[in-house]
Amino acid sequence: MPAPIRLRELIRTIRTARTQAEEREMIQKESAAIRSSFREEDNTYRCRNVAKLLYMHMLGYPAHFGQLECLKLIASQKFTDKRIGYLGAMLLLDERQDSTLVFLSGWFFNNTQYVQGLALCTLGCMGSSEMCRDLAGEVEKLLKTSNSYLRKKAALCAVHVIRKVPELMEMFLPATKNLLSEKNHGVLHTSVVLLTEMCERSPDMLSHFRKLVPQLVRILKNLIMSGYSPEHDVSGISDPFLQVRILRLLRILGKGDDDSSEAMNDILAQVATNTETSKNVGNAILYETVLTIMDIKSESGLRVLAINILGRFLLNNDKNIRYVALTSLLKTVQTDHNAVQRHRSTIVDCLKDLDVSIKRRAMELSFALVNGNNIRGMMKELLYFLDSCDPEFKADCASGIFLAAEKYAPSKRWHIDTIMRVLTTAGSYVRDDCVPNLIQLITNSVEMHAYTVQRLYKALLDDISQQPFVQVSSWCIGEYGDLLVSGQCEEEDPIQVTEDEVLDVLEGLLASNLSSPVTRGYALTAVMKLSTRLSSVNRIKKVVSIYGSSIDVELQQRAVEYNALFKKYDHMRCALLERMPIMEKAAANGPTETVQTNGEAEPAGLEPKHPPTIIQPANQANDLLDLLGGNDVVPVISTAPAMKPASAGGELLDLLGGLSLSAPTPAPPIPMSQPPFLLDGLSSQPLFNDIATGIPPMTAYNKNGLKIDFTFERSNTNPNIAIITIHAANSTEAEMTNFVFQAAVPKTFQLQLLSPSSSIIPALNQGPVTQVIKVLNPQKQQLRMRIKLTYNHKGSPVQDLAEVNNFPPQSWQ
Amino acid sequence: MQFMLLFSRQGKLRLQKWYVPLSDKEKKKITRELVQTVLARKPKMCSFLEWRDLKIVYKRYASLYFCCAIEDQDNELITLEIIHRYVELLDKYFGSVCELDIIFNFEKAYFILDEFLLGGEAQETSKKNVLKAIEQADLLQENQSEDWGGLAAEEVL
Repeated sequence: MPAPIRLRELIRTIRTARTQAEEREMIQKESAAIRSSFREEDNTYRCRNVAKLLYMHMLGYPAHFGQLECLKLIASQKFTDKRIGYLGAMLLLDERQDSTLVFLSGWFFNNTQYVQGLALCTLGCMGSSEMCRDLAGEVEKLLKTSNSYLRKKAALCAVHVIRKVPELMEMFLPATKNLLSEKNHGVLHTSVVLLTEMCERSPDMLSHFRKLVPQLVRILKNLIMSGYSPEHDVSGISDPFLQVRILRLLRILGKGDDDSSEAMNDILAQVATNTETSKNVGNAILYETVLTIMDIKSESGLRVLAINILGRFLLNNDKNIRYVALTSLLKTVQTDHNAVQRHRSTIVDCLKDLDVSIKRRAMELSFALVNGNNIRGMMKELLYFLDSCDPEFKADCASGIFLAAEKYAPSKRWHIDTIMRVLTTAGSYVRDDCVPNLIQLITNSVEMHAYTVQRLYKALLDDISQQPFVQVSSWCIGEYGDLLVSGQCEEEDPIQVTEDEVLDVLEGLLASNLSSPVTRGYALTAVMKLSTRLSSVNRIKKVVSIYGSSIDVELQQRAVEYNALFKKYDHMRCALLERMPIMEKAAANGPTETVQTNGEAEPAGLEPKHPPTIIQPANQANDLLDLLGGNDVVPVISTAPAMKPASAGGELLDLLGGLSLSAPTPAPPIPMSQPPFLLDGLSSQPLFNDIATGIPPMTAYNKNGLKIDFTFERSNTNPNIAIITIHAANSTEAEMTNFVFQAAVPKTFQLQLLSPSSSIIPALNQGPVTQVIKVLNPQKQQLRMRIKLTYNHKGSPVQDLAEVNNFPPQSWQ
Repeated sequence: MQFMLLFSRQGKLRLQKWYVPLSDKEKKKITRELVQTVLARKPKMCSFLEWRDLKIVYKRYASLYFCCAIEDQDNELITLEIIHRYVELLDKYFGSVCELDIIFNFEKAYFILDEFLLGGEAQETSKKNVLKAIEQADLLQENQSEDWGGLAAEEVL
């Protein structure tokens, strides 16, 4: 059989292939030849064939059938075979094959350090956990040898063993005893790597090796102070690789430890000031030094030195250095904020850099540096950046701007302006969760509503493609459309907008292909809301009914419901589409707040409820007492409220007729026997409720058996918000169904009505219906309320309007 | 270091050294993606980029890209020096190395790399010592062939 083609020949041939198909054909042919050669157990050319296989493997072709051959090569006596065999093992084998036996042969049958070196290299590169476990002992032995060539390899091999089988770390400990006394730089370097690995993995090892700090400092000092050493010199610096590794180990040893940090202070200062910075190699050492200074307990002078080095890096022409500086500054900006602030302008300049990574880091760093003092200037730069940056940045930049604006906005108007600027320039990149946050922000800036809606409207006329922007805008138009049309804007010149124009815009959004389904939903709701704010109700009705047959299910549902609102529930439309109240800060707070107030209100509500209702029968009873005279009537009176509270005097008279009936009633006589004014006192002194606020409850309405009391609380989060709980009680014999309580407040207030506990008020004061009202009173004006009550009683509908003016001063002051 | 890749400007792989255990399929995927990413970089950009959870350090020497993947705690700037040292070693060994040398003598490029780095870390910081070790190993190859007969050293492969 002719000798297999030589390696270089094969490479040359394959390179002449002009197409992928041609190459594949050549490879397949050669693969077949190699395979048959393997089958014939050809020892002479095995090496050549495996080498060719490795080349083909690099081109991406399968070579697994050569795996066994690699092992045979390793077992061969010839060094050439072994060399290719070990290389093949590293390239073709992976951890899953158990090749321990093969490596063992390396130790026992060949003493050449080069073969042992190959074995160590292979084990340290791809040894599996089993292999590591089996051979750890051999590695440990070689770690103690005086042969520096093998010792350095054994050290890195040990690193790999420890990574694979961390439990074996202990066994290498004795061998580390005098590793650092070596003169050989290779051994020193690999020893430092090994020590680093051990210290990173085990706090015990870390404390144990702290004692090496002086020695490490000495070695580093020698490297810096010693003269030119040709063997290790790189651009005038002696063994930068070793210097960097020592600095890294010092970092780990000095972290959190005062003594160690103290011991390395001087050398760090020396390296920081003396290292040549004209070439990359010097900067590499400085970089590592800065990282170490920042991580250990260094004195402040050293820290400032470190930050200044980073500041100088920022001005370096080499973009790699700038990149590294920004990364480090980002890590230190939290702890050394003021020092980093000094370099703010340079950092902001980096926003204009051409490199994407540098821009990103500069952006992150800029956001970290924004504070109340520099917000205006920084925002200008950041907005400019937002305009011109790549799309991949826009979402993060927009979110960052919103956050910074929220924290440090110097004025509401500035805040709104900034939001608008972001929405109009990067409106399509704004994150979805920003939309509700922005809406909430706008809602809470009460004075800015007119200005906001005007500006948003104007911007909307120009561009309707950016969905988050369009969503926020249509929501605002829906909410504040009346302000828009009335042309009352204080902040800038009001524009003339007619109702039709507003509706044109919204209808345009609904019809446009650019609008997403979510946006359409917003637009439709906005149109609906305008039905209570504008007068073009007919037009709105038409729009809404059109979308009742929309293909989009969500839109259709909304339209149908809104249609129903027009038809069947028109009386509720105003209440439902009212101006939005101030929203609580985060969704999480909202519901819990409500629960709390309800929780507090309920028992609180019950307590005062009793005294007031008992007062009445007590009052009536007093009259009766006067009428009837005599104290023995008292127990009758006490029981009467329990059985028939607030009943007409006639019933009492009936009871008087049947004394024995009223006797065993379990009504609490004690509070009853106390004079009414004490009960009054109880209700006005908040022993059971309103402890925090001390606002007395009041009766707001009392007619035809329906009595409505108000109890008060102040909101914990916003002192301008009063939380009123209404308690509606029905003293008649028939229950009141379909009870709806509505309230209106003067313009300067805002009202939020939560759901009632029930719409049926049971008869005979058996269980009040409660409902919570939140009133925002930012101007602290006197609270007045107009209430409207509707219910069904004994089969017929009842409706009543009333004014409530007797609010206790504490509820609105 | 987790791995080092050498590839041409057309994206052809010239050397791949992996220091982490990965399946062949994964290696191919990573190689393909990374080569694409690095080749897409403009000349003005810096030598570092974030890719997945790794830091990538790359440098172009003539027609070859040298690309290393390092971990978070590793020093990017010194990695550039490591790459440079490797190129210097190749240069010294081959005498003004060019891509063709590495193509036709890839096994030697691996041998040199394996005398310089082990398990992803530098094992020898002296240029002289690395080259001396390679020299000795080459000599051993030759001498064995002489002693044992059979093919001459340069004829084996």
